[in-house]
Amino acid sequence: MKDQGYYRKEHGACSVQKTWSLQLVTLADTRSTYGKSLEIREHAQLLVVGAGPAGLAAALEAVRRGLRVVLVDEHPVDYATMATDVPFHFGQRMSGAVRNRGRMLERIVEADSQFAQAFEAGIDIRLGIAAWGLFTHEAGLRWVRTRIAGLTNGEEVWFLQYDAAILATGRRDVGLAFPGWNLPGVMGVTAADTLLRRYDALEARDLLVVGSGAEATAFAMQAQKSSRLIVALVEAGDTTVDQNGSQRLAAAGVPIFTKSMIASANGGTEGLQSATIVALGNSSEKRSVACDTVVLASGVTSAIELLDVAGAKIVFCPERGGHVPATDAEGRTSVPMLFAAGDCTGITPDKSRDPQVAADEGCRAASAAAAALSINAGRNWSVPTATPSTTSEIALADRIAWANAQLAVADQGTHVCQCEEVSATDLIGVRPPRYLERNQPATCARSLATLAADGPINQDQIKRLTRAGMGVCQGRRCREQIGAILAAVTRTPLTEIPLPTYRAPVRPLPLSAFAATEEAAVLAENWDVWFGIESQFEEPLPKRFR
Amino acid sequence: MNVRQSTNGASVIVVGGGVTGLSTAWWLARSGIDVMVIEKGIVGWGASGRNGGGATHQHSPLFAEEQQLWPQMEELLGYPTEYRPKRVRLAISEQQMQEAKPGFDRMLRQGFPAEWLDAKQIRDLVPLAAEHVVGGVYFERGGHANPQRTVQAYAWAVQDLGGRILQHTRVMGFERRADSVTAVRTTAGDFSCDQLVVAAGPQTGLLSRLLGTEVPVAPARADMIVTEPLPLMPIGGVDGNSLYGRQTLRGNLAYGGGPHEWLRVSNSSEGQRPSSPLALNIAKRLSEIFPKARHIRIIRSWAGIVENTPDGRPVIDRLPTAINAVFATMSSVGFGLSPASGRAICELVMQGKCSFADLSDFRLSRFGNLSPSWREELGWIPPESEGNHASAA
Ligand SMILES: Cc1cc2nc3c(=O)[nH]c(=O)nc-3n(C[C@H](O)[C@H](O)[C@H](O)COP(=O)(O)OP(=O)(O)OC[C@H]3O[C@@H](n4cnc5c(N)ncnc54)[C@H](O)[C@@H]3O)c2cc1C
Ligand SMILES: Cc1cc2nc3c(=O)[nH]c(=O)nc-3n(C[C@H](O)[C@H](O)[C@H](O)COP(=O)(O)OP(=O)(O)OC[C@H]3O[C@@H](n4cnc5c(N)ncnc54)[C@H](O)[C@@H]3O)c2cc1C
Repeated sequence: MKDQGYYRKEHGACSVQKTWSLQLVTLADTRSTYGKSLEIREHAQLLVVGAGPAGLAAALEAVRRGLRVVLVDEHPVDYATMATDVPFHFGQRMSGAVRNRGRMLERIVEADSQFAQAFEAGIDIRLGIAAWGLFTHEAGLRWVRTRIAGLTNGEEVWFLQYDAAILATGRRDVGLAFPGWNLPGVMGVTAADTLLRRYDALEARDLLVVGSGAEATAFAMQAQKSSRLIVALVEAGDTTVDQNGSQRLAAAGVPIFTKSMIASANGGTEGLQSATIVALGNSSEKRSVACDTVVLASGVTSAIELLDVAGAKIVFCPERGGHVPATDAEGRTSVPMLFAAGDCTGITPDKSRDPQVAADEGCRAASAAAAALSINAGRNWSVPTATPSTTSEIALADRIAWANAQLAVADQGTHVCQCEEVSATDLIGVRPPRYLERNQPATCARSLATLAADGPINQDQIKRLTRAGMGVCQGRRCREQIGAILAAVTRTPLTEIPLPTYRAPVRPLPLSAFAATEEAAVLAENWDVWFGIESQFEEPLPKRFR
Repeated sequence: MNVRQSTNGASVIVVGGGVTGLSTAWWLARSGIDVMVIEKGIVGWGASGRNGGGATHQHSPLFAEEQQLWPQMEELLGYPTEYRPKRVRLAISEQQMQEAKPGFDRMLRQGFPAEWLDAKQIRDLVPLAAEHVVGGVYFERGGHANPQRTVQAYAWAVQDLGGRILQHTRVMGFERRADSVTAVRTTAGDFSCDQLVVAAGPQTGLLSRLLGTEVPVAPARADMIVTEPLPLMPIGGVDGNSLYGRQTLRGNLAYGGGPHEWLRVSNSSEGQRPSSPLALNIAKRLSEIFPKARHIRIIRSWAGIVENTPDGRPVIDRLPTAINAVFATMSSVGFGLSPASGRAICELVMQGKCSFADLSDFRLSRFGNLSPSWREELGWIPPESEGNHASAA
């Protein structure tokens, strides 16, 4: 540890001398972030994250308005990452074709004609690149002078500086635990749709779809068109959610079970062979259906992790599907020069049916970004207040219905959090993880009920105690269902359970990717293990000096 | 001191539900005192639930007591803490070997065993360690625990002994009669008390000012990262390469180190944003000591806010301007010492002095001549303030 130079002590004593002259003020603590800088590899006038309909439309509109655009999208994702159910719940249903990343890259570009246009328009498109963090100058990060994004290709990490950014990061599935949901073959609808349409690599023949909302019906029809068999639709509610779509599927011969739940997925190491469906409220009414894949479409949620990490204000908005960034009509978030568009700003049935809705949002955000850049609007950014926020629970009542349904079929071995092996019983008992003594009397006397008596339920606190959501999939498969279970069990409205925080890196990144990173010399030279206050770790003062 | 139970007050009120305040409350409750902890958020939501979990502070007069207590804490509290003894500090260069020497000498001088290890011995204890590791030191005394579990263990144990914990309640001020505090003003009303303990972390300075004396502290932010789990190594408490950290009992590597950011004192709860670009630099250093773990993925990062006194050492003392109020800050090194710091504060409250350690180093009077601009003089200043560099492209 180096001396701070001006910090003098006598005999290890630590009296601060009042005689210092004010000239010394200029010597800022070298061990602090003061005056530190980052190695920044590249610059973009406009960074767009996500090359779905919203991101592509935004990028195209932005170049039309004369901006220089870098567009990144993490697809094609490598096989190993998919195998850990990142970024979606792939359930090992990707075919071997996914291993050929070069081919997948072509395939993704072919799948959407907008890509051709975007290349032609001169957009700098980076596929296979994920954004893992977004940082701006703010309290606690005042040393970060500009707006930067952490990027990675899985082998390296680096920073890109941007003047404005549009996040068009789309959506993610909400998991649903039931016995056997950890088997290969149980997957999320966003993962299934991605493998089907974007990768053409969905290894599934006979699919059971859980859920009857717009994403469930849209996917089922899409899958039928691609010569897959939809063996049934299962809905926990009294009626189907997307009634038109469900009727069309029923007319095409798909059995639809309402007031029902998938009781188990059955199979072994060879994979899924069947699923058992149970009538809710009548556990003796069970039927088994043969299938090799179960597609969970019981819930979807906006992919807001980058927005949360960037510090954008997040609100709970039932009619937009849960937690979404506060945005105005043009996609401005609460963070200066940061915009959001498409599914990541909220999911409504029309968005799930028609990609044009997301694309239109992308266009609007791009025009607003172009205008903001031309007047350097970052200085006087006003926080949007336009987000409609009803306290109505109606739109998300189905999430609670699914939570109750899953509690009805769960057994002790059903892990809501697969990574950390936490069951609903563990959550309700706030039980410590398996590697600890779990049966101490005091521990057993504690539960969700005692925690609720001490203050409002907080999912991050329960995560700390049970480890639910602390695993390598970064809570992707369990985050929302844990919230719903906590709400259902404690009869707390979902709105009142605070959003568990997202943290960078928003994708799991191997240490090897960091090994080769460049580090600004000023950071390297002044790196210390702790504050570098010399008198901090000295022994007690010898008596004679006191 | 009276043992009494009243709903709108307590014999001792402790402000701050971090490890320092909670341990104090637990020791008080064990002595039969009616105690109430008031916490503005959830217990452990400050630094106490976001730290490295290290318990190897041989410089402190409280270390001997801390080391005596840690192995018993789980049983005494009745809840798991994940405490594990022993600590290794490894070096991947000769220079790092040199840097380990002061800590080694200190440990011996304090009368605890310490050993130099060669590269092979290090690799036996820390199988993930790099081939190019040079050697290191081994401490029998020292260790680590899970901060989040420990904080909750204290809190629950306080309740089990009849103490009360009021969460989501912020202390706004105090009522006084002559030199004594008679009540604490909070967002949930007033609570009377015979004695007051304030262990409010970064807010300790602001609260002390309300009572006419300033406990000088400067708040700062520090970052950590964590990986996915790995098989357990024989020793989990491993520092090195200017990083501190531990392998958790679940197997994750949780590490921190590097620059802190000084925050503005006026609003010391600012800067909580959990993620920072420093995750990259910490990960890079971690990959240098554990190259065998190169395939292991970083899954989270976080930050905590700690306070430091001008000399980086604790204050545990009564306020001259409020004789029944004990103020405590551990000056950014308070998790590991918490079993002992709480006991010391409890004794100070009950008996006026600590029986097992000499706390004279922690007196507030050492800052009697402090210049009002001490933070600036030390250079403990936030990076250029909001002049909005962010808008410069
Ligand atoms: C079952 C189903 C069928 C559908 N069928 C169609 C269809 O046939 N045609 C169609 O156009 N749309 C279809 N949709 C999509 C639907 O219309 C969506 O509303 C639309 O795709 C939303 O677009 P988006 O750009 O907001 O998000 P998305 O299309 O989801 O795009 C978001 C993109 O951001 C990327 N991303 C997210 N985070 C990061 C990060 N951190 N770093 C890098 N990249 C990141 C994602 O990989 C993704 O590519 C379907 C949807 C469903 C559920
Ligand atoms: C990244 C990091 C790593 C660290 N690593 C280690 C380590 O390895 N070993 C170690 O020993 N130490 C470590 N530390 C330091 C250690 O965490 C702290 O010193 C210790 O937690 C301080 O505990 P505390 O109870 O004194 O304060 P805090 O944890 O700050 O608790 C104070 C509490 O008071 C509450 N409060 C404040 N104002 C009010 C008010 N007005 N009304 C009501 N409540 C109020 C706050 O909400 C807070 O919960 C680390 C710290 C950080 C940030």
